[in-house]
Amino acid sequence: MTTEMSPESEATQPPRHAGGSESPMFSSTASKVTSVLGWMSIVAIGALLTLGLLISPPEVSQGESVRLFYIHVPSAIVCLYIAFSITLVGSIIYLRNQSVFWDLVAGASAEVGVLFLAFTLATGMLWGKPTWGTYWTWDPRLTSTAVSFILYLGYLAVRRLDMDPVARSRRAAVLGIVSFANLIIIRFSVQWWRSLHQGATIDPRDTQLDDSMLASFFLGLVAMTLTFAWLVVHRFRVAWLEHQLEASQLETAIAERTAAAGPSTGLAPGGA
Amino acid sequence: MIRHAKLIAAKDLRIEVSAKVLTAQILPFGLLVLVLFGFGIPPDRRVLGTDDEASRSLLEQASPGLFWLAILFSALLAINRSFAIESVDGNLDALRLAGFDPAGVFLGKSLAVASELVVLEVIVGIGAFLLYGPPLGDPLLLGSTVLLTTGAMAFAGTLYGALGAGSRLRDTLVPLLVLPVLAPVLLAATRATESSLFEGSSSGWGWVGFLGAFCLLYLGAGILSFGSLLEET
Amino acid sequence: MGWEFVIPGYLIVFGSLGTYAVALLRRGRKLAAQLPEEKRRFLD
Repeated sequence: MTTEMSPESEATQPPRHAGGSESPMFSSTASKVTSVLGWMSIVAIGALLTLGLLISPPEVSQGESVRLFYIHVPSAIVCLYIAFSITLVGSIIYLRNQSVFWDLVAGASAEVGVLFLAFTLATGMLWGKPTWGTYWTWDPRLTSTAVSFILYLGYLAVRRLDMDPVARSRRAAVLGIVSFANLIIIRFSVQWWRSLHQGATIDPRDTQLDDSMLASFFLGLVAMTLTFAWLVVHRFRVAWLEHQLEASQLETAIAERTAAAGPSTGLAPGGA
Repeated sequence: MIRHAKLIAAKDLRIEVSAKVLTAQILPFGLLVLVLFGFGIPPDRRVLGTDDEASRSLLEQASPGLFWLAILFSALLAINRSFAIESVDGNLDALRLAGFDPAGVFLGKSLAVASELVVLEVIVGIGAFLLYGPPLGDPLLLGSTVLLTTGAMAFAGTLYGALGAGSRLRDTLVPLLVLPVLAPVLLAATRATESSLFEGSSSGWGWVGFLGAFCLLYLGAGILSFGSLLEET
Repeated sequence: MGWEFVIPGYLIVFGSLGTYAVALLRRGRKLAAQLPEEKRRFLD
């Protein structure tokens, strides 16, 4: 029982802070919308833990490890279908009208997406050990997810390049678009490659789910999506503040420079 | 665009001929990788399987993949080199200001990288045949595979090489960007080459089609996006 | 059987989410302190 409690107490920790965003201490990147979102995430995660870990039964062939699915599949759906699509859309809009907003949204979504992709990989491997007897198989989905993970790490690396912010954003936008195409290419090619060899011994899609298991799964989807939304909004706001700070620092630097240059240029004609 | 591409390609290749980085550094590196694979996979080890498979050493069976890995690593050096020669004295800005069409610059740099890759592939390929000793089943399939893989590596490599241009982090960034993108190409090239060497059959042509589609996609992406990438580097 | 994989899985996921969320809030607070009130507006 104690081991079952530990993930729960750990899990309720983040949203509790998220909920704390109401208090003036956290007023920085929080607003009414995000604290509502934060509370909804806590409730959903709490419900997921109760239903997924305590109430729902173990699966017939997989045993308890089926519970990993309730977070594995939702985080895969969130990152591959939601997060990187937002990055794609943000990148396209940025290239069209140079809107800083969409550039930062694309970056925020990709960063949180990479985190969820890491969850997908970690839980997938933890599921594989009891099911397939090994942490890693060259399963098409596992393999292509790993390559996609590195792909988007590269995108994040470009966003951190030491160069002119505008040129960097433009490059990141191009990369955000091409990476999405790559996601599809990688998935397709790995699938085709593996289909020529043997298939997976246990196909996760054959899993028999009863009602409480299905409920856990959908609850997981809701919890992961809400948490994703909360994180992206906050990540965006942090990036927005950073952008504002950079801009204001640039302004003061320019003001100082012109102030310093002012008298000397004023003296120049007199000195000549 | 084509005229600009020719000018850029000629410029890059002229620099290459006089600097001899390809022949003196990248080519020996590729051959060295081939030899090192022989240390990683003991040459005498055999795989039990069908009679046909058992007659081949593990190294021989893996030779298509090892060859393309050696080319891939060498290609990374060639791509980095291709943008290293532009990074001095704001060369890319100069090209832009001189009125070069960005699509032409992309095509030209890709062509130059592709020509270098062909030289690499021929010599490292001969080395792979000598060291690993695979048979040659279907030269036409092998030739098409090599040609389209070269294109795929050159187009995608040039596009991603430009992403790191002008940054001090370029050397380490480009492999991180290029390797996951070229992973499907490595997969396709290896499968097609395996089929051309050992099976001499048509099963590799599907992968050749995949390589062709990849080439076209990156040709298009590069032509469309190079303008955005080159601005204010 | 299987709990020894389920528990670490949930710990990794929700532990990382918590750490990341707290780090984001801290970063936001620090940045906001460096900016005047009118530049802290968001688009909602």
